[in-house]
Amino acid sequence: MPEAPLLHLTDVVKHFPLGGGVFAKPTSWVKAVCGVSFTVQRGESFGLVGESGCGKTTIGRMILRLIEPSGGRIEFDGEDMATLSRQDMGRLRRRMQIIFQDPYSSLDPRMTVEQIITEPLRAGPRPPRAERRETAQALLDKVGLRGADLDKYPHEFSGGQRQRIGIARALCVRPELIVADEPVSALDVSIQAQVINLLEDLQAEFRLSYVFISHDLSVVEHICRRIAVMYLGSIVELAPTENFSRAPRHPYTHALLSAVPLPDPHRKTGQFAMEGDVPSPIDPPAGCTFHPRCRYAFERCRVEKPVLAPATPGHSVACWLNDGRGRY
Amino acid sequence: MSGRLLDIEDLSVSFHTPEGVARAVDGVSFELDRGDSLGIVGESGCGKSVTSLSILRLIPSPPGVIESGRIRFEDRNLLELDPEGMRKIRGRDISMIFQEPMTSLNPVLPIGRQVAEPLMIHKGLATAHALEEAAQWLDRVKIPAARKRLDDYPHQLSGGMRQRVMIAMAMVCGPRLLIADEPTTALDVTIQAQILSLMVGLKEDTGMALLLITHNLGVVAQMAARVVVMYAGQVVEEAAVADLFERPFHPYTHGLLRSMPRLGGRGRGRAKRLREIPGIVPAITATLPGCRFAERCPHAFDLCRQKPPGLFAIQAGQRARCWLKEYPERRHTDA
Repeated sequence: MPEAPLLHLTDVVKHFPLGGGVFAKPTSWVKAVCGVSFTVQRGESFGLVGESGCGKTTIGRMILRLIEPSGGRIEFDGEDMATLSRQDMGRLRRRMQIIFQDPYSSLDPRMTVEQIITEPLRAGPRPPRAERRETAQALLDKVGLRGADLDKYPHEFSGGQRQRIGIARALCVRPELIVADEPVSALDVSIQAQVINLLEDLQAEFRLSYVFISHDLSVVEHICRRIAVMYLGSIVELAPTENFSRAPRHPYTHALLSAVPLPDPHRKTGQFAMEGDVPSPIDPPAGCTFHPRCRYAFERCRVEKPVLAPATPGHSVACWLNDGRGRY
Repeated sequence: MSGRLLDIEDLSVSFHTPEGVARAVDGVSFELDRGDSLGIVGESGCGKSVTSLSILRLIPSPPGVIESGRIRFEDRNLLELDPEGMRKIRGRDISMIFQEPMTSLNPVLPIGRQVAEPLMIHKGLATAHALEEAAQWLDRVKIPAARKRLDDYPHQLSGGMRQRVMIAMAMVCGPRLLIADEPTTALDVTIQAQILSLMVGLKEDTGMALLLITHNLGVVAQMAARVVVMYAGQVVEEAAVADLFERPFHPYTHGLLRSMPRLGGRGRGRAKRLREIPGIVPAITATLPGCRFAERCPHAFDLCRQKPPGLFAIQAGQRARCWLKEYPERRHTDA
């Protein structure tokens, strides 16, 4: 029998109000996430990719309940998070952590590395000081920093080292799930590889699950086992990694992949450059939200929104082409 | 018309900070021919942006000082021009576009006016005439309904549209050199593809030369004919783009290319572990006796830590700052 998923999202929706005031109704809504469902297994890394404003970060924050969903269910290890009491939520929070993109703004400049790393312990019964220091020491060692760094402040470190501190902080409470929101995007190429390798080593050692959010397709492809492509708040394609760049089914995935400038001067990219900008999530297009930019759009795409449905086992697509199985 | 357009010789730029003197650019030399495209790649702090800002003399001073060198553009040494002479060159002969289109546009001026401004200043066009030409340029950089957009403000445009406005502004006076400093870094990948193909088209139509500064090896592979790799303020390798990607000589270039995850690189099953470059870039204020990359280099031997290597010719059109040229037997085959 397959193991129950660690994380299960069902039809999750998030609308942000715009305008209005304390007593006035909002004038409109930003439809950031419009009915997203997926599962993440224990020890799996699940990738969320898409361009700015597609809702990937909002999903990450809802998983940690840093913001409340407007609808749908998020279950962690079988428990519906929306129904949990404050205490229960606090207990659950220790099992999930987040790593942020910006290693500069996500560390408090007035705290020492030791204080930063052990801060998550404040969420529960707090171990004595000596024990905390020992924990911090062990974590620093795990992420490749020296024990002597414990009493330093964030400004004494480079971007890559700060990101390692952020990772150590996330590991402090021995979480089962880590939401990594663009964890290597702010880093230089040579440092990026170091941090990616570290994340992979830690995953193998602690059997962590990652929800890995990024706009960088090659990084996501490298780390993740399954990849969900988002566009305007919906998942348009969910593929196992080996199919992702080889056999994409949704025209948007195809456009995204062909827009990546390849580090190979003999293979010119951008031939299929897609025209236009992403439409506003305040007033998204009717039907398939991608249809105004899709070169294959036909009548049905303009009126009816396609649902995410399996095209082959394990590979789903939301597209009317080819009887709703994508591919052009 | 062919021939040399830009010739930078032994450029050194320092910043005097409380922590000491930071040599941001240290003896950088390269050339660019008319209509050609040169990419400068390197990681944060390698001096690529400072080099490009020095060409237009936009280094804030103090704390920045151009210590030495020559920047010959056509027949003039830009470092000897007075401020007035420099102003005549900026935006007319040499233009620049920056990474962040929101902060480089004036938020309280309509975009038509901003695109028209260089024409009024450099060519003395009357406002109506300049606005007319601005509209044509906005149309040429594919701003939809350009004429109606002349009175829009930057905040009304998306990031990609703002970068198009920046490009129009840079192009109106027909510069012979366009310096693009990370022009697409802040943009989404599909918008990046649009902007890059727009720049390629404009370059072909106008015959201007392009100096592209980026950290993205993919962008440089697609856009540049020649590439300069910088590390810790110095040029460490220079080559034609195909040679750089196929036959990199410097261990740093090699390491950069190898440490990148590649799209489609993962077939069935588990991906290979990335080959990282260990360690970090040396502090910019540090004085090192030998090669600046020695600390992180898998091939480094005693000489590398004692004496800085010069730029050796590797083959026609390829140079590298590495002792391995003289001591090829020191290169490990497995690293």
